[in-house]
Amino acid sequence: MLSIRQLAKTYAGPRPRTILSGIDLELAAGDYVAVMGESGSGKSTLLNLIAGLDSPDSGSIALDGLELTSQDDDALTKLRRRDMGFVFQAFHLLPYLTVEQNVALPLTLLGNFDEVGAARVAEMLTSVGLAERATSTPRELSGGELQRVAIARALVHRPRLVLADEPTGNLDSESADTVLDLLRHQVKANRCVGILVTHSRAAARTADRVLMLARDGLREHSVS
Amino acid sequence: MRPFKGTSVSAAGAILRGSLAQNRTRVALAVLAIALGVAMGYAVQLINAAAVNELAQGVHTLSGDADLEVRGPRNGFDETLYPTIARMPEVAVASPVVEVDAKVIGSDAVLKIVGIDVFRAGFIQPALIAPSADRLDTLRPDALFPSPAAARSLSVQAGDVLHVQVGLNDVPLRVVGVLAGGGNQRFAIMDIAGAQSVFARLGKISRIDLRLKPGVDVIAFAAQLALLLPPGLAVVPPEASVTAGASLSRSYRINLNVLALVALFTGGLLVFTTQAHAVVRRRAQFALLRVLGVTRRRLTALIVVEGALVGVAGGFLGLTGGYALAQLAVRWVGADLGSGYFRGVVPTIALEPIAIGVFFALGVAAAVLGSLVPALETAHASPALALKAGDEERAFSRPRPVFPGLALVALGAIATAQAPVFGLPLFGYAAIALLLIGTLMLMPRFASLALALMPAPRLPAPRLAVLQLRGAPGQVSLSLAAIVASVSLTVSMVIMVASFRDSLDAWLDRILPADVYFRVANGGDTAFLTPDLQAMIAALPGVRRAEFLREQQLLLDPARPRVVLQARTIDAADPTRSLPIVGTVVPVAAGAPPPIWVSEAVADLYRTVPGAVMELPIAGKMERFTVAGIWRDYGRQQGVIAMERARYVALTGDATVTNGALWTADGVDRTALEASLRREIPGGERLEIALPGEIRNASLRVFDRTFAVTYALELAALVIGLVGLSSSFGARVLARRREFGVLRHLGMTRAQIGGMLATEGAVISAIGLGVGLALGFVISLILIHVVNRQSFHWGMELSLPWQALAGFATLLLGLAMVTALASGRQAMSSDAIRAVKDDW
Repeated sequence: MLSIRQLAKTYAGPRPRTILSGIDLELAAGDYVAVMGESGSGKSTLLNLIAGLDSPDSGSIALDGLELTSQDDDALTKLRRRDMGFVFQAFHLLPYLTVEQNVALPLTLLGNFDEVGAARVAEMLTSVGLAERATSTPRELSGGELQRVAIARALVHRPRLVLADEPTGNLDSESADTVLDLLRHQVKANRCVGILVTHSRAAARTADRVLMLARDGLREHSVS
Repeated sequence: MRPFKGTSVSAAGAILRGSLAQNRTRVALAVLAIALGVAMGYAVQLINAAAVNELAQGVHTLSGDADLEVRGPRNGFDETLYPTIARMPEVAVASPVVEVDAKVIGSDAVLKIVGIDVFRAGFIQPALIAPSADRLDTLRPDALFPSPAAARSLSVQAGDVLHVQVGLNDVPLRVVGVLAGGGNQRFAIMDIAGAQSVFARLGKISRIDLRLKPGVDVIAFAAQLALLLPPGLAVVPPEASVTAGASLSRSYRINLNVLALVALFTGGLLVFTTQAHAVVRRRAQFALLRVLGVTRRRLTALIVVEGALVGVAGGFLGLTGGYALAQLAVRWVGADLGSGYFRGVVPTIALEPIAIGVFFALGVAAAVLGSLVPALETAHASPALALKAGDEERAFSRPRPVFPGLALVALGAIATAQAPVFGLPLFGYAAIALLLIGTLMLMPRFASLALALMPAPRLPAPRLAVLQLRGAPGQVSLSLAAIVASVSLTVSMVIMVASFRDSLDAWLDRILPADVYFRVANGGDTAFLTPDLQAMIAALPGVRRAEFLREQQLLLDPARPRVVLQARTIDAADPTRSLPIVGTVVPVAAGAPPPIWVSEAVADLYRTVPGAVMELPIAGKMERFTVAGIWRDYGRQQGVIAMERARYVALTGDATVTNGALWTADGVDRTALEASLRREIPGGERLEIALPGEIRNASLRVFDRTFAVTYALELAALVIGLVGLSSSFGARVLARRREFGVLRHLGMTRAQIGGMLATEGAVISAIGLGVGLALGFVISLILIHVVNRQSFHWGMELSLPWQALAGFATLLLGLAMVTALASGRQAMSSDAIRAVKDDW
């Protein structure tokens, strides 16, 4: 489903800095991988490139055969809208929308927020255990609850790819465990590709496999 | 000991410098807005102070060392009063004066000519005694001594002949010398007997200047003398005429000053939006300062100092600009700023230290007040929360209580019903300020209500826009403040000026029913038509009907300018045929005093109503009249009283006239009649003849010139409103950059975000327009029925310029959307996508 070949990225400047080189990755539907690496190793850049928010110097990224590097900004935006879901460390729910409206946002952007969409939102909220908080505002929720809403939002439109960046970075360990279990469960249930970027070995252990980002590419890594 | 004092202070300074540098454009605009208000207020003050000062100097020159003066109607009073007063034991010197404003032939100028008795005037007004080679010149009836300013303006010197108009005749006067003194005043001196003879004032004098013997109580003597004076005369200190003259312009000046305060207010609003923008941008920096040990009070002071710096810069710029503006205005428009109050006065602009202090302080105060709310908001934010990403969205989101806003609006409503204070509509101004500030305070509630009632569209971008606005009424009201203030002030001015202009237009239609109008001179009080000439005019071929009018000036209250008395053809049974009557006409009962019809100004200033009895000093006697109706007159702010001409002639014996109106016979060309007037009437070439259309156009031109400053301020208010909207939108966009970043991640295109911002701009502007239009309408009612009525005593009918308002609303809506889009450029840039990077 997601195929990355020989991806490379160098930031220009007085002292050009190569962030990524020789990245190869093949992921199929239902795969859930964790990417680890030191600070500055290029984890953010890799996610930006996969999301189509930045462009590589060389290499290719294909999602279901569609080459992302040859798409223009509008096409990439529409691809993100339809086929990608995001979970951020700081949740990034829109404060002026209710929980329900936040979850419905991808469907609203796709123009699919009808009765079926409303049922899907309710289903997602139930699945993350927040059905009773549908009309609450983000300010009324705890950190763990906010991240569960973010996971519901990331998956409500059945994306093919879910990108999660340190989703437990702002949570206590109990909430973190809940969120990680939920994320894995949803990725598997929706049969999408999940990429989890984390510094936490505990978090990484919830993935099917763990990849370490190094100077010469991605390598399988054991955290047991 | 304050922790980290040195560190935090230097950090504060760096943040302050950084802020001013980062917001250069907005800061510059705020400085300009403050400068505009300061410059306008200071210039008006300088011009008026200089004009009043010149007026006072003129009075001082002409009155000399007089302790008191006896004065009455403009056309003078019986000279037999002079010896009676001169012989009073308390009087050291009494100097009789004849004063006329003579129309100079061959120019538009009117020259004040003062006839004096040199043997008396030498004791009181030595500056009026001119040096001459022939000492008898001062006694010759045709010898004239102009002041240096008059000689310069008329381009005459000793040996020249100056021609003045008396009746319709050309009277030559010899310029035998130029006075040594007189400052900038334009006047000329001649012998009193000569003046009486030349200007047909035999047996009449205009004034008696009195110097009392040492030790005489001036006030007690004045009270004693007042009892002996015939009706219509008053004994007052010479300065009283300065006060009376200045009082005529006072309302106009204060209205201009209020406009300057409006400019300052909008400048303060601009500082407010600029500072709100700046504090949102630096929320985390300020939180850091708080963590480092800067107290809330110091932080508030830091932000207020920033605002004060804007005020200081605006103040300096405004004072400099105001001085230059005053110089230019006096040169181009005149000391009366186009309003006609100080004709003939040529003031010299001088720096006014008190005015400098006051207007500088006002500029700084506007800026300080504008930055106070953002400062308090920032100082009261929780440092722990403010350090976290995304807290900018909380800025200005605290709900405010409704009560203070409602209380201010209620107080404003009460203020509209209050009487003027010292003749000024101070409560009217207060009502406008209270309504405006009260409404601005209620804006979050208005915004919540309007947004709650607004259905959320189905399309994603507008839907999100409406939902976003619903979720942040506090921030929405920040954007609304500038737009509501500028729309309401602009709309109120537009409605008021349109109402005034339409009322003036309708009034001109009403008062110009004849085919041809003429007056004997376009100024002065020495020109008139004798009964013979009136008969000749009425008998001219082509004249179907002729009506004549005599204007006089009566002194009803020495503290006020003289009231105009118009003796004209009026059908007492139906006065509405000749006068634009407002309200009811009261029929005069048998046996009741005869009718007069007073203008709205007379009704207001002398507190009279239809049906009341009013006493007027006519020909040295107090005569009783019934006020049979009130009519509208936009020509004379001091008030005018209309009386049947036949009655005036019977009371005074004065059958001369100053103006005439002619109706042509069928098929007679108006221009042919004009030519006939000039040709057939002796001195007819000196008549000022005009067709109704010309008078109407000239009047409307004067109106537009007088209100030019208002149009300029309307434009300035509109620009300031848009800049304020842009500034607050910039702040909102900045505060929401993470939101835009998330939306871009979730698949919202740049165009959709642009659409969302444009929708927000349109919705905010629509709410601002709605509230601004409604508030502007209310303020216009206050301007029309309270401020104008109490300032100028002019009534007017409300007239809504729908097309202009619709055009204004459409233009503003379009500009607001463009402004919102331009402010949101940052949101559509790639930086916005990286706004979420804090977490990656």
